Amino acid sequence: MTDTWIVTIVADGRELRVAPGTSVAAALLGAGITTVRRSVTGEPRGPLCGMGVCFECRVTIDDVPYQRACLVTAKNGLRVTTAQQDAS
Amino acid sequence: MSAGVADIVADVVVVGAGPGGIAAATRAAESGRRTVVLDEGAEMGGNIWRHRAGDGVPTQARKWMARFARSGAMVLNGASVVDARATSGGDGFLVTAERASLACRVHGRALVLATGSRERFIPFPGWTLPGVHGVGGAQALLKAGLSFAGKRVVIAGTGPLLLPVAATLAGAGARVVLVAEQAPARAVVGFAVGLLTRPESLLQGARYRAGFFGTPYRTGLWVSEARGTERLEAVTVTDGRTTREIVCDVLCAAHGLIPNVELPRLLQCEVANGAVVVDNHQQTSRPGVYCAGEATGIGGAELAIVEGELAGLSAAGSATDVELLRHRLRPLRRMAARMEHAFAPRAELRDIVTPDTIVCRCEDVRLRSIESGWNARQAKLYTRAGMGPCQGRVCGASLEFLFGWHADTVRLPSEPALLSTILAGTADESADSLHQGA
Amino acid sequence: MTIATRSDAIVIGAGIVGAACARALAREGLRVLVLDAGFAAGGTTAAGMGHLVAMDDSAEQLALTAHSLSLWQSLRHSLPASVEYDACGTIWVAEDGEQLEAVAEKRRVYEEHAIASEVLDARRLYALEPNLRSGLAGGLLVPADSVIYPPRAALALLADAQTHGAVLREQCRVDDIVDHGVRIGGETLHANVIVNAAGAESGRLTPELPIVPRKGHLAITDRHPGFCRHQLVELGYLASAHVLSTESVAFNVQPRATGQVLIGSSRELVGWDAATNRGVLGQMLERAVEFMPMLARMSIVRTWTGFRAATPDKLPLIGRWLPIQGLYVATGHEGLGITTSLGTASLLADLVLGRTPVLDAAAYSPMRVLAAPAAAR
Repeated sequence: MTDTWIVTIVADGRELRVAPGTSVAAALLGAGITTVRRSVTGEPRGPLCGMGVCFECRVTIDDVPYQRACLVTAKNGLRVTTAQQDAS
Repeated sequence: MSAGVADIVADVVVVGAGPGGIAAATRAAESGRRTVVLDEGAEMGGNIWRHRAGDGVPTQARKWMARFARSGAMVLNGASVVDARATSGGDGFLVTAERASLACRVHGRALVLATGSRERFIPFPGWTLPGVHGVGGAQALLKAGLSFAGKRVVIAGTGPLLLPVAATLAGAGARVVLVAEQAPARAVVGFAVGLLTRPESLLQGARYRAGFFGTPYRTGLWVSEARGTERLEAVTVTDGRTTREIVCDVLCAAHGLIPNVELPRLLQCEVANGAVVVDNHQQTSRPGVYCAGEATGIGGAELAIVEGELAGLSAAGSATDVELLRHRLRPLRRMAARMEHAFAPRAELRDIVTPDTIVCRCEDVRLRSIESGWNARQAKLYTRAGMGPCQGRVCGASLEFLFGWHADTVRLPSEPALLSTILAGTADESADSLHQGA
Repeated sequence: MTIATRSDAIVIGAGIVGAACARALAREGLRVLVLDAGFAAGGTTAAGMGHLVAMDDSAEQLALTAHSLSLWQSLRHSLPASVEYDACGTIWVAEDGEQLEAVAEKRRVYEEHAIASEVLDARRLYALEPNLRSGLAGGLLVPADSVIYPPRAALALLADAQTHGAVLREQCRVDDIVDHGVRIGGETLHANVIVNAAGAESGRLTPELPIVPRKGHLAITDRHPGFCRHQLVELGYLASAHVLSTESVAFNVQPRATGQVLIGSSRELVGWDAATNRGVLGQMLERAVEFMPMLARMSIVRTWTGFRAATPDKLPLIGRWLPIQGLYVATGHEGLGITTSLGTASLLADLVLGRTPVLDAAAYSPMRVLAAPAAAR
């Protein structure tokens, strides 16, 4: 299973396999997780700016809340919790 | 000293590792100065030079990256700068950043701010739906590994970024169904004619067109609504007279770029018309603080490099090549001014927002709760617009376009940061104050 | 100038104190004009925490805060949701046995003013606030204390005044106060009653008032609902607030309706320098982390500064200012303006209308500053 050209992260308990260098935001969107957070009034939100400005892609990464998924590179074993998990 | 605080002492500290920052750091380091670059991204290059794993790197980027690597400058990636200030001793500046949840403090005798730009977003109904990205935003996501293959994509807004992003996405397998430029045809043609004085840019434009041959590129057309429930399903476009609905998976929408001036403003550097004011050494109104690239006005990578070189040399106290670089600046700045004129957002975009449209995405503030007679600070205090984690980076420009308001004052942290990081940045002065108080 | 000149009362300052005074006078049937040099609720009101608190630094302070709290409680249900009224209570935190012993006396003083409170032992303290550091002795819970969002509270009071006929003019800077009038850019507006409620800037218009701007810093976190449930204040806070001359910080955190944690507090006398003092900010945050270590790993979204209108004797100046005909002042509330705005307004309205106030008006009379020896200023 160990393929150096694949990185596996765990998003909401589900394994996502992405290419090295992929950002967490890209990994989530690529897996069809388009709503990564809920707004303060409960609306679905996903990455907007892709470059750390808008804070719309904030997720919990390895138990640290409010991390911008677009600024974090996927690493093996990294655990992400999105709004989809929170809602369930 | 708090645990986990890394202290680095340098001569020149550069914030931002895009083209301007890389050029500045390279020149400063080549002049014999200990140079440290802080950058928020996981990799160097900024949003323009960042590339997809496995893709070819642009020649110019490769050349500068190699030169940077040889220069001896040091880069700290993944470092979000949250504070910058003069040291209490008056011998320079202290920049505090957060890196993997740890504080990182860099002392420097001179600062070069190469903070780049961000996209300007103008709200429209449905713009908060997942599936709506910025134009550069979509490109950044593509470079960060997102596949757009088979996706139906509409690209809308304004500016010279629409075409290259369309070409890039089409090249990556997206079905670009429409590129809608809100500027009227005459403005775009006027800009293109202006490009004739710079043939390499024209060639670039032609290559972009070829890259997505068959995709309709329309001027004088803009998005009036994005629809969907949990995610984007369709957009409505209009030319002001008729409207048309287009089913799509992704909408890339933005209205050009605006300088990132929060850190310069935190340092009390003078800002005029949204851009940092610099002299012909790229020095800001604050001695010892230099600025280069998009933060001094949107002008593209080529201009950023020249400004960066000048800023790096000036910060290092070197006069090498300065006259030559200044000579190269002039035509690049002329083109930047022309671009700004051609792609100004049209007034009709103000009529698209409805009372229900969200203007502040962090705090879900809708247009109806805002009164036009206020200022930005009133909107913030009365409605929370701009109070959220992006600190007005998105809604500030929206409110400026809609109401003509200028952003509220900037204080630390210049980005949300762990309390422990902020403490690290205040630490030595706390000690001083306590000492004086005793 | 198009300002209505047929006013019975002109209130200078549309902060929460001015707003409350305007409301009280308008409700008595006076035609009220409110003037603000900037915009409503944009000064000290915008910078403060919004803690409605019974404070016992002196008997007069406790009487005013207690009376004000009862007025807030009766107003509470008519306030719009935007005021974010939250009866979360205050816990005065005792670090050691000595402080906990002193809490019993504090409880007794509150009781005299009909303010309920409950002494907490350590176990009860941690049951209520598990994120406090270990090793604390206990505290005093004052359940009726509350939290509001001050700018919207001021707007709500102003809106009520406006429904009773008051008129608000913003961006209208008063240059001078004269007998039964105010001067604005060469023009004089007349009214029988003038109220200087200009807060930290009230001394500009009435120079004899010994008001000094006392700077404070605040910081607010990202949203962490449930991190703390009460306003938490160290018992040392009173000492920090009391000594006017020195720079001080105290642990004082507040749960906001948004789930954010508002972190205070600091006090400095540095004139009108609004710049962030990183040294003081650092000490303030450090103090907060000493009491709540997990705050260190929470994100700070914003920090800011503001100026309290401080007086040498730590009491506000409310009542007739005899040197100028028709002039009343309502200022000098230091860190208690949000709480005492309503009590101030009720006292002021009683004085204006010649009624006998509930409170002992002499204790708050601004005329005391003329009688006091110069050394006390």
